[in-house]
Amino acid sequence: MNVLVYVENRNGAVKKAGLEALSKGKALADAMGGQTAAVIIGVDVDQVVAEVKMHGADKIFVIKKDDLEHYQSAGHLASVVEAVAQFDSKLVMIAATSLGRDLAPRIAAKLGIMYFPDVTGAEFKDGDVVVKRPVYAGKIYMDFKAAKLPVVISTRPNVFDKVEIEGAGEVVELNPEYTLQTKVLDIIQSAAQKLDVSEADRIVAGGRGLKEPENFKLLENLADTLGAAVGASRAVVDAGWRPHSEQVGQTGKTVGPTLYIAVGISGAIQHLAGMRTSKVIVAINKDADAPIFKDADYGVIGDAMQIVPALNEALK
Amino acid sequence: MKIAVLVKLVPDTASQIRLNQEKSWIETRDLNWVLNPYDEYAVEEALKIAAEKGGDVTVITYGKDEAVEALRKALAMGANGAILIKKEGYTDLLGTAEALAKVLKEKAFDLIFAGLKAVDDDCAAIGPMIATIMDIPCITEITKLEVGDGQVTAQRDIEGGHESIQASTPCLLTAQKGLNEPRYPSLKGIMMAKKKTVEILEGEHVEPRVETLSLSYPPERAPGKIVGEGLDAVPELVRLLREEARVIE
Ligand SMILES: Cc1cc2nc3c(=O)[nH]c(=O)nc-3n(C[C@H](O)[C@H](O)[C@H](O)COP(=O)(O)OP(=O)(O)OC[C@H]3O[C@@H](n4cnc5c(N)ncnc54)[C@H](O)[C@@H]3O)c2cc1C
Ligand SMILES: Nc1ncnc2c1ncn2[C@@H]1O[C@H](COP(=O)(O)O)[C@@H](O)[C@H]1O
Repeated sequence: MNVLVYVENRNGAVKKAGLEALSKGKALADAMGGQTAAVIIGVDVDQVVAEVKMHGADKIFVIKKDDLEHYQSAGHLASVVEAVAQFDSKLVMIAATSLGRDLAPRIAAKLGIMYFPDVTGAEFKDGDVVVKRPVYAGKIYMDFKAAKLPVVISTRPNVFDKVEIEGAGEVVELNPEYTLQTKVLDIIQSAAQKLDVSEADRIVAGGRGLKEPENFKLLENLADTLGAAVGASRAVVDAGWRPHSEQVGQTGKTVGPTLYIAVGISGAIQHLAGMRTSKVIVAINKDADAPIFKDADYGVIGDAMQIVPALNEALK
Repeated sequence: MKIAVLVKLVPDTASQIRLNQEKSWIETRDLNWVLNPYDEYAVEEALKIAAEKGGDVTVITYGKDEAVEALRKALAMGANGAILIKKEGYTDLLGTAEALAKVLKEKAFDLIFAGLKAVDDDCAAIGPMIATIMDIPCITEITKLEVGDGQVTAQRDIEGGHESIQASTPCLLTAQKGLNEPRYPSLKGIMMAKKKTVEILEGEHVEPRVETLSLSYPPERAPGKIVGEGLDAVPELVRLLREEARVIE
């Protein structure tokens, strides 16, 4: 049974989360005795083609369209649907990035098949595809099985490993037909090409304990030293100190970096929901009884305004 | 302008979620139920547009009898009408999207709002699924919206920035945090909501095409340690991150 993976790129640079989905897809295809194909959409995609070949793609469907250089739901949907038909895919996979969350449910609805969003586990067991997904913001995990294949699965970024293994990489160009339903007027990348919390491998997050917005400079400096992204609790986002895009938690982003440093964050259940799966959690808080210490691997009790600059110096 | 908002009743985000004795489902008895937080943004945006451009707002839910509570909460915020599409038992995502799409098609709305995701199943799927079934444009996770004549312009966050997208109406939009500040229902609104009638439609039952195999708690985190207090703890923290956790060089 074949597996088809949409691998996202931005302006010709492959997304790590896309390669993670591809590697997981390849493992499943091997288990099912099938082949793995990748779908790549864009203009300047030679580098992406090379990367997916090195991550196990037997076949690579390439859709080169000027009007699809940037994500366009209708065009991307038509492209993937055509590839699914050509490849007789039993499993369609895609990373649950902002693009993937938008595209994956449309693929399922278009094909009239089941969809498992944002999975953290996927296995082939006794002829069935079984997935694990967090629900209630990660407070509970559920295991599901589809009654029938094909199914669409989106994979949570930073959960599956990307594995280098060369595939046959046979390139097939597709020329799907579509009518775009929306028009992209403008794309604004933040000036400094800032790392997004949802993609970062290290995060330094701040909360109300930082006392005032200016003190986030201390976190930004530490983040620079660590090559980390800056995250925030809802309290400081709602106060207007930090943009919504930085909020971590149940109504913010779900993250799972290797290192998460929570500074002046109390550890409310809604915050923990978004970062509890981080590999290593460090908490810096002046209150020894702050709930965040219960989930932290390493805790330092103290004043953030003192500890953070000292930590930054020590790491330099 | 005819505006629809899809709403769902969910457990309060502060809830501790427990499994039932058989571990076959969650224990729902002691939960406090609220209107899905993302749907509050959706309702707020719809009410704002209706007030500015003229029009009315119908809130719709697909659920059991209890789900009417979500409609009441949205009516209390100011929605004009409400529809409960009755469901039996468990439905899968596609079944839910189909049931809602059927009613939405019949009623011919100009704008349809949904939340980015329901904070119970965390799928972020119903909105784009419905739009695909109905073959109308859809912009997800919007943080800003302008409604013009027969068209809308919305902003959505993407990793490391945002994009601005235009679509013609009818279209479907999913609301993300940042779009607005939802109003609190007034006492008068709550009283009025109790009097408004809820239209009840029978939904078709679709057998779920997925099987729930098991539910479990997330793996426990190993107990952590307090490295120390104050500045003296910093060198030890760095050492531990380097040598024990091996997460920095
Ligand atoms: C529907 C809903 C959704 C929500 N979603 C989210 C979400 O997605 N993400 C989220 O984060 N929250 C969310 N919340 C809010 C959550 O409940 C908390 O209110 C919020 O996380 C608290 O933010 P905080 O930790 O920054 O502030 P506080 O709880 O005020 O904590 C501040 C901490 O800083 C410490 N501190 C104070 N001074 C210092 C100092 N000098 N040095 C070091 N430490 C210090 C204090 O001891 C305290 O622990 C949600 C709430 C609701 C109702
Ligand atoms: N049963 C339902 N009835 C009405 N609207 C729903 C229902 N389930 C989901 N929705 C809408 O779809 C959004 C996304 O839900 P989900 O895809 O389940 O995360 C929600 O915020 C609601 O606006």
